Amino acid sequence: MAAFVREVAKRVFAQEFKESNLMFKDGEDQYSPQYLLTPTGAKVNRLFIVGTLTETEDIGTEAEFLRGRVSDPTGSFLIYAGQYQPEAAQVLSECEKPAFVAIVGKPNTYTTDEGDVITSVRPESISVVDGDTRDMWVLEAAKHTLNRINSLDKDEPNIKKVVEHYNTDKKHYYEMVQQALQSLKETD
Amino acid sequence: MDEKEAAKEIKDRFSDFGVDIPQEDIEERLEKLTSKFKVPMSEARRSVTNYFLKEYNISRGEFYGSQTETPLVNVKDLVEDGKWVNVKAKVLQLWDNTHESISQVGIVGDSTGTIKFVKWANANLPDVEENKTYYFRNVVVGEWNEKFQINLNKTSSIEEIDEDIEIGTSSVTASGAMVDIQSGSGLIKRCPECNRPLSKGACPEHGKVEGVYDLRIKAVLDDGESVHEALLNRELTEYIGEITLESAKSMASEALDPSVVLDYLKEKLMGKYYTITGPKLDRYILVETIEQQSRFDENELDELIASAEVV
Ligand SMILES: [Zn+2]
Repeated sequence: MAAFVREVAKRVFAQEFKESNLMFKDGEDQYSPQYLLTPTGAKVNRLFIVGTLTETEDIGTEAEFLRGRVSDPTGSFLIYAGQYQPEAAQVLSECEKPAFVAIVGKPNTYTTDEGDVITSVRPESISVVDGDTRDMWVLEAAKHTLNRINSLDKDEPNIKKVVEHYNTDKKHYYEMVQQALQSLKETD
Repeated sequence: MDEKEAAKEIKDRFSDFGVDIPQEDIEERLEKLTSKFKVPMSEARRSVTNYFLKEYNISRGEFYGSQTETPLVNVKDLVEDGKWVNVKAKVLQLWDNTHESISQVGIVGDSTGTIKFVKWANANLPDVEENKTYYFRNVVVGEWNEKFQINLNKTSSIEEIDEDIEIGTSSVTASGAMVDIQSGSGLIKRCPECNRPLSKGACPEHGKVEGVYDLRIKAVLDDGESVHEALLNRELTEYIGEITLESAKSMASEALDPSVVLDYLKEKLMGKYYTITGPKLDRYILVETIEQQSRFDENELDELIASAEVV
């Protein structure tokens, strides 16, 4: 019996998440976990996000299906919760907006008729947190993103896949991180 | 322990005396005694050993003299697969979920470290209790998933001793966001006999019992690179959750549902950052201290800003 290993929740900024469109399966069978590979090389099966929930909309036609927007200093995440995420859906609909929220969730992608890939998050849990927690997340996401950018030259299969697919512009992501970090200076 | 293992052990002992007995012969004799004549395994081993001692003219005194004393081994030295040892250790944790072939599973420790133990159901040994010290005789070290454990089987014995052992474990520190609070957390009931958490009002060992209330949290901390599972006892749950066992009980009885306590704890704790310390026993860090991290480090911010400068 192989020990069950819980997937780590990756820290990725909204802008990078939005610019991601490379999904892949780690293994052959139908139960193999799916991952989103981001432009800086985060291999994401689970995410941890802290940001500001700005709005929630019910876009369901029959059953309730909620779409929330959670923003960080670089952009916003789309959060979708329906009947299979009842606790998350309840927080999305009932909490007063705007609010700082922490979300643990799975990445999802959807390809539009035009061929664009839209990324979103299917929440496992959402909780209301405070501003300090949000700031700590920004710092943490910055640190993890910088580590990934600095590892983009590594001779590793997933990194090669990322560089080949996105032709990642490091400068673009350094600037994104810089912008996020500067926003913490301003709020002092 | 089955015939194969027992036969292997007898064979090994005899080979120390320069006698090579085919393992099948030993197994066959053991099998006959245990299956056909319903002799307990420990007795069968003794009997088969004595048979071969006579057969090969080895003096019992010499044979047993060199072998009777299974060594008393410190927990940190239990690193040899298949070695038979005696261990003096305190039971630190009994785990909830046991396979039906297992009677008890958990963690024991002494001043040198901790190790998982498995008491097999067919061993028919008495139950052990948490926080009590025992002399475990004739137990065998096994390797499972690249980790060592001790197996208590038919030939093992357990004797409670009136002695408290100071556990030597190196404390670990872990930080991260609380990304999950696992089921079995919150307001729970434990068996008054053995302290195990009840499942649907029943103890896996003692059946339906009048449970004793307790509070605990099984939390998952995630730092973006690794996950840590942490076990918080009542005292720490009360502290970090700003709740008491009494207030949790009244919350539950007002709502007619104990799960409101878990909901409350999730709402209060999830998504925030914590630093914990405590010994790590197999999967779980047994938390001794927990603090919320509420502010980032300004110096770290400046360092990151410097390293994010586009060159
Ligand atoms: Zn019990």
